[in-house]
Amino acid sequence: MKLYELTAHELHDKLVNKELSSVELTNALYARIDEVEAKVNAYVTLDKENALLQAAKVDAKIAAGEKLPVLAGIPGGIKDNISTLGLRTTCSSKMLSNFIPVYDAHVIEKLRADETIFLGKTNMDEFAMGSATTSSYFGATHNPWNLDCVPGGSSGGSAAAIAAGEAIWTLGSDTGGSIRQPASYNGCVGIKPTYGRVSRYGCVAFASSLDQIGPITKDVTDAAIVLNTICGKDEHDATSLNVEVPDFTKALVQDVKGLRIGLPKEYFGEGIDPKVKAEIEKAVKKYQELGAEIVEISLPHTEYAVVTYYIIAPAEASANLARFDGVRYGYRNMEAKSAPEMVTMSRTEGFGAEVRRRIMLGTYVLSSGYYDAYYNKAMQIRTLIRRDFEEAFQKCDVILTPTSPVVAYPIDGKMDPLQIYMLDVTTIPVNMAGLPGISIPCGFVDGMPVGMQLIGKILDEETILRAAYTFEQATEYHKVFAPLGGNNND
Amino acid sequence: MTKYITVIGLEVHAELKTKSKAFCSCSTEFGGTPNTHVCPVCLGMPGALPSLNKQVVEFAIRVGLALNCEIKPYNKFDRKNYFYPDLSKNYQISQFDKPICEHGHIDINLDGVEKRIGITRIHMEEDAGKLNHSGASISTSDSSSVDYNRAGVPLIEIVSEPDMRSAEEARAYLENLKAILEYTDVCDCKMQEGSLRCDANISIMPEGATEFGTRAEIKNLNSFRALVRAIEYEVERQKEVIEKGGKVVQETRTWDDANGKTLSMRSKEEAHDYRYFAEPDLVPVDLDEAWIERVRAELPELPAQRQARLMEQFGLPKYDASIIVASKAMAEYFDEAVKNAQDAKGVSNWLLGDVSAYLNNEGISISEFKVSPAHLAELVNLTKEGVLSSKLAKKVFAEMLKEDKAPKALVKELGLEQVSDEGAIMKLVEETIAENPQSVIDFKAGKDRAIGFLVGQIMKKSKGKANPGMVQKMLKEKMQ
Repeated sequence: MKLYELTAHELHDKLVNKELSSVELTNALYARIDEVEAKVNAYVTLDKENALLQAAKVDAKIAAGEKLPVLAGIPGGIKDNISTLGLRTTCSSKMLSNFIPVYDAHVIEKLRADETIFLGKTNMDEFAMGSATTSSYFGATHNPWNLDCVPGGSSGGSAAAIAAGEAIWTLGSDTGGSIRQPASYNGCVGIKPTYGRVSRYGCVAFASSLDQIGPITKDVTDAAIVLNTICGKDEHDATSLNVEVPDFTKALVQDVKGLRIGLPKEYFGEGIDPKVKAEIEKAVKKYQELGAEIVEISLPHTEYAVVTYYIIAPAEASANLARFDGVRYGYRNMEAKSAPEMVTMSRTEGFGAEVRRRIMLGTYVLSSGYYDAYYNKAMQIRTLIRRDFEEAFQKCDVILTPTSPVVAYPIDGKMDPLQIYMLDVTTIPVNMAGLPGISIPCGFVDGMPVGMQLIGKILDEETILRAAYTFEQATEYHKVFAPLGGNNND
Repeated sequence: MTKYITVIGLEVHAELKTKSKAFCSCSTEFGGTPNTHVCPVCLGMPGALPSLNKQVVEFAIRVGLALNCEIKPYNKFDRKNYFYPDLSKNYQISQFDKPICEHGHIDINLDGVEKRIGITRIHMEEDAGKLNHSGASISTSDSSSVDYNRAGVPLIEIVSEPDMRSAEEARAYLENLKAILEYTDVCDCKMQEGSLRCDANISIMPEGATEFGTRAEIKNLNSFRALVRAIEYEVERQKEVIEKGGKVVQETRTWDDANGKTLSMRSKEEAHDYRYFAEPDLVPVDLDEAWIERVRAELPELPAQRQARLMEQFGLPKYDASIIVASKAMAEYFDEAVKNAQDAKGVSNWLLGDVSAYLNNEGISISEFKVSPAHLAELVNLTKEGVLSSKLAKKVFAEMLKEDKAPKALVKELGLEQVSDEGAIMKLVEETIAENPQSVIDFKAGKDRAIGFLVGQIMKKSKGKANPGMVQKMLKEKMQ
């Protein structure tokens, strides 16, 4: 087995047993990146020099017999909307193509404290707006399972990097499915924690009330390990929750006996690819064999989730992205003759089409005269969606759905924005309700991975981790590696 | 000719004197090298988030209680969206539909008439940075630089009801409000430096009308004088518009102090659509009752209470007391001086008279006044004891302004002790009588004026130091 095919917990054992040094491991990862990156385009920026310096430090500590956290010396990738001190953070936008942050995001501080290695910054849809990683200013990312297909998004770079062996673990961010859906399209594990579990400080905001950082990994154990590091109250994020963080690895037990798994009928109806549905049904059967109890549930407001999301998220985004005006940092048009012109031209040229579209949408729905009809109404529906889940969780402990109604689709750009928006129907409600959700591999359709989503109650990551771990240990899907087939015709 | 009624409401922004900014830990200190009191949060760096400074909430509660408001246990922040380079996020964190305080009032007193001015609301928000243009304005400059040291400094906005009917009422309201902000120790109230800012909504309506006229909002009122002048100007302008058959348009106008005019800035059509929505980066403020009650219990003495105390404790006339309490520093000076003074009204006379005249003349506040309260008290006592005539007391006071020395020492230094020695005065009396025989004849003939002349002569001889009462008494006795 190649080093890049191993998990963080496996590699940690090798590091502490001195079978391997962090410098060797880090070099192996960069060698793999050199090998496949031209086809995959998972990264926007690499930081080899600092990564190797950090690896050498970890090796010295191991040599000195220091006890180190699991992630110490293990190379990972960071989605390029997470602020890294001194390392370019672009949000895959022309607007920030030369932006070097002056501070570390809270999660980065925590990961640094764990002596982990940052290989570089991963590609994404511009400002996390998209679900295909095709709107990046730095070019699309390609799916390592079939290079002609999208990797999903917006954390497509983070997921593709895992699938292609270009990172051991990565961080993504999830506003409407941006961790879970690309994890699903790339055969990875991706978890969006409960809203408020992880500090958003330093995650460049798309939609503040929905954004949440989380890991993308090769297996459930690694997801729990990364969660252990990044979760917890942060004084710099007023929305981060002041609750105790459990040791998530303790939840990794093979036991779903008596676990009530709810299947929302709205997620299995029209729009779902029958082949995907068949794979999910197989997974449901597996759970039954493992002793879980399957119950049918209803989430009646699911059909409104996407439209509601496309009001709330752009509304927040229109304000969040207002700061990119060319005044303090980022792209500035130098030909403008006045301050207002400079702002207008910098924004027109600095943002791509999808970002501009969403800013206009958001500005519109917040305008006086339209606010009540759109934004206010959307906030009311959001409450109804949250209540749907509260009621459903009276009957079950976790909810099982397909992560996406389809598998990764061709990168040819034949889908229009609205069709792509509608595919997020399975992941968006989870953000609207602030719940934790995990996607794990559960099958293949025409050689492309299928992901299953497990949704938990507020702050109950442990139950979905246990359910996911139990399924994973009973199956082999997570052990299959992406073939890097197809062509990258870029 | 139609008589018009003026309707005025004021919006006052007060910068809170917390140590750190509203949503980050940067210093709020005034001035400083541009962009040195900044961090990712107040610079609006990508990914930075606000976290609420509790002191801001405490100050807002304190002012709310002092202004007789209801404190809303549930209140929340909103984003007010507009593009301007001094606004680092291009939205201001403010409070829109759920402010922290509502339904308060201030009682003003004009020429003995009490009037209650309603306060609609008080909300918390953040200040913007400061633009420095190479030219006169942003549109006529080749370049502008931005200083974000002020960005994120906490403000409260206090919005009154349209209850004021004259410039003088508006002035009295603002004076009362300023005093309360000083007493509650939340704002240093320097209008020139911009720590207290005032906008006025002004409209007029014909006498007897039931509906208010269309209002204009006047900005840039940096002093009480500007407030009064702007209102007076604006009322006349609106009258003229109406008299000429026109209509007052709803607009924002700015006060041009140099030319004594209000000028149109933007009309209602050009007004911003701020697209307010709940700030998702902050959780709603959930005040517990115990917090509000603690702030209430710790509330300092307020101007109205202090005025009542000065009247009761020291027997000051209402007029004196009201002027002394209008400035917290003046009231504190009085309280300090009166501790050592034998005559409270004497202290008050000095403060309202010579001291105020001096301060106005110098353009300084009492906190910058060099004469210590103890020394002023001593001066009052010397006069009360008859050691100094009021004329000589003024002379000593003038010396004290040069250097804050004890009046007793100055009296000695200047040789100004009043002469109350009978022998010495008798000597002067005899001398003067000898020198002015005609006046003595006049006096004996019943011409009372003569005595005045003779007293004057004696005072002159004594260089003003002779005790005038004794001079008069002894002169009369001698001539009988």
